[in-house]
Amino acid sequence: MSETTVTPPETRNKLTGGGSAGRAGDKIFSGLTLAAGILIFVVLAVVSLFLVLEALPAMTAAPDQITSHQSFWSYVAPLVVGTLIASAIALVVATPIAIGVALFISHYAPARISRTVGYVVDLLAAIPSVVYGAWGYLVFGPALVPGYKWLHENLGFIPVFGQPSATGRTLLTASLVLSVMILPIITAQCREIFIQTPSLHQEAALALGATKWDMIRAAVFPFARNGIISAIMLGLGRALGETMAVTLVLSAGALTPNLIGVGNNTIPAEIALNFPEAFGMRQSELIAAGLILFVITLLVNMLARWIVSRYSEFSGAN
Amino acid sequence: MKISRVGASVAAATALVLGLSACSNNQAATPNSSASASTGNLTGTLSGGGASSQESAMTSWIDGFKAVQPGLTVQYNPVGSGAGRKGFLEGQYMFAGSDSAMSTDEWTKSKSICGPDGAFQVPAYISPIAVAYNLPSVKENIKMDADTIAKVFNGSIKKWNDPAIASQNAGVTLPATNITPVHRADESGTTKNFTDYLSNAAKTAWPQKAAEAWPSGYAGESAQQTTGVVSLAKSTEGSIVYADASAVGDLGTVAVKVGDNYEKYTPEAAAKTVASAKKIGGMAPQDMGVKIDRTSTEAGTYPIVLVSYHIYCTTYKDQATADNAKAFGKYVLSAQGQKTAADAAGSAPISGDTEKEALAAIDTIKVA
Repeated sequence: MSETTVTPPETRNKLTGGGSAGRAGDKIFSGLTLAAGILIFVVLAVVSLFLVLEALPAMTAAPDQITSHQSFWSYVAPLVVGTLIASAIALVVATPIAIGVALFISHYAPARISRTVGYVVDLLAAIPSVVYGAWGYLVFGPALVPGYKWLHENLGFIPVFGQPSATGRTLLTASLVLSVMILPIITAQCREIFIQTPSLHQEAALALGATKWDMIRAAVFPFARNGIISAIMLGLGRALGETMAVTLVLSAGALTPNLIGVGNNTIPAEIALNFPEAFGMRQSELIAAGLILFVITLLVNMLARWIVSRYSEFSGAN
Repeated sequence: MKISRVGASVAAATALVLGLSACSNNQAATPNSSASASTGNLTGTLSGGGASSQESAMTSWIDGFKAVQPGLTVQYNPVGSGAGRKGFLEGQYMFAGSDSAMSTDEWTKSKSICGPDGAFQVPAYISPIAVAYNLPSVKENIKMDADTIAKVFNGSIKKWNDPAIASQNAGVTLPATNITPVHRADESGTTKNFTDYLSNAAKTAWPQKAAEAWPSGYAGESAQQTTGVVSLAKSTEGSIVYADASAVGDLGTVAVKVGDNYEKYTPEAAAKTVASAKKIGGMAPQDMGVKIDRTSTEAGTYPIVLVSYHIYCTTYKDQATADNAKAFGKYVLSAQGQKTAADAAGSAPISGDTEKEALAAIDTIKVA
């Protein structure tokens, strides 16, 4: 503190009275940020333009021109449903665990342990998806087979637990692999937000006689609500677009409500499986499916923004 | 636009060639160095593209051909049969590899770049498709007719000891294991040939048309590419899978009913099937596109066969390309070329009259 008070006058002049050079720097910097902002819009616009142009032939084609001899919409609908189911299960499984891990790191664990756990969770995010895929179909899927058999025998009257797969290559396995993949993303983001909860709020809650859990409910969660939602959205984005892991883990097939048997497929897996040798109309169909995924992601993000804005009075500014 | 596309494909092809030569260096180094002194003097680049099923055979041909014509570079882009034919018709490739024969429409289009007789095709790569199963307790080849195979793959026969299978396999102890049919998740020429067999030879049990994608109504485990389905089958007891015969390894294979006998897949039987198949006709006079008779009762044939063609122009616009295409085409169909592919990719060598006819067809390539 004392150093700043004895700052020589020249430095003060440099900061406040930089003259024309300072103003130029200001302009350059604001120009650069503007350019960066515009760039992201241009990239997005070019990508969507490409998608729309390439997708149009498939979306407007007559049913008998489509490879599977049905209208494009009935071709893509099961894929959309499959993608949404897989992502939804992944989110439902991953979110509570991620919030729990994040709370443990930020509020419960002793400093040394929390640093180690945080490090391990960050490491999970760095594993390439093909490794998750290989693990899913070599180890995790076969390990789930007895569980699937049990579910079918005991809860078989529910349609989602139909005839179980002999290999474990099912949509439920794929969803669980996805949930492991998005776990570190949600955890890391939540942890950052939880740590930033103003300690005044927390201390006030504790001073009023709240237990630790009461304090987390009263001070941490309201403060972190927006952050948690955007963390979930980041995780959802990854789950919706995940290609390699689903392609490797899932025995793709027609849409079926049975989550523990063969069948179902997602848009990214369908594209990854068939794009390498596709041409003409087939290529256009796959790109159109990609466009649908793009639109879904956009809608999901808009929905998330809307939810966040509804709760804006809780944002951390106060 | 045109220039940039050519540039891109040249770049891609260069990368491919670099990649291929990197792979092949260690194998081909010895024959190369000894043979190059006494061999051909063609130069330039012959670029082709198409079926990925031919990829490993093509790599071996390109390696082997280097020993014969060290000055001539052959490039092959495994973009898929359809894209290969399209690229050929657009003049991007000088030859194409394709798992299915050209349509008459495509042949008509080819006249614009290949002269009045258009393009023609010769069988270059014949691969029997094995129906393989994972049953460690069964040492014999299980026998099935087309109807049984269709019912196994459409899910109506669920157990290995089903009477339909047992009645054809007297003396074989079949376990009560569940059957897990495995099919390709990606679209493929193998699936198309297999479903073509089923839809022709087992019409009632398999009412679907032949297609590159597995019919979505028939559930089953699936995986990507030949290696994917085979490794899935190997790790799943009771599974049954169709795949390139060269890739099935130590899985048991089904002997398929032909006439009154059951035939195991062999390269000879596959080659014989192609030799006895009818020509499609209606295209260039030297065209060798065939329609395989999946219901043939001729002894010694094996009906589930994939034929992959090479498509060339009857007439090329310049002497160098014509010479290069002719030299490469002849090498591929020669006994040596077919043996190289058989060693590398497990294909069935083309021989006898088929080989003679194909070589004669290649010989007719001329310059406008």
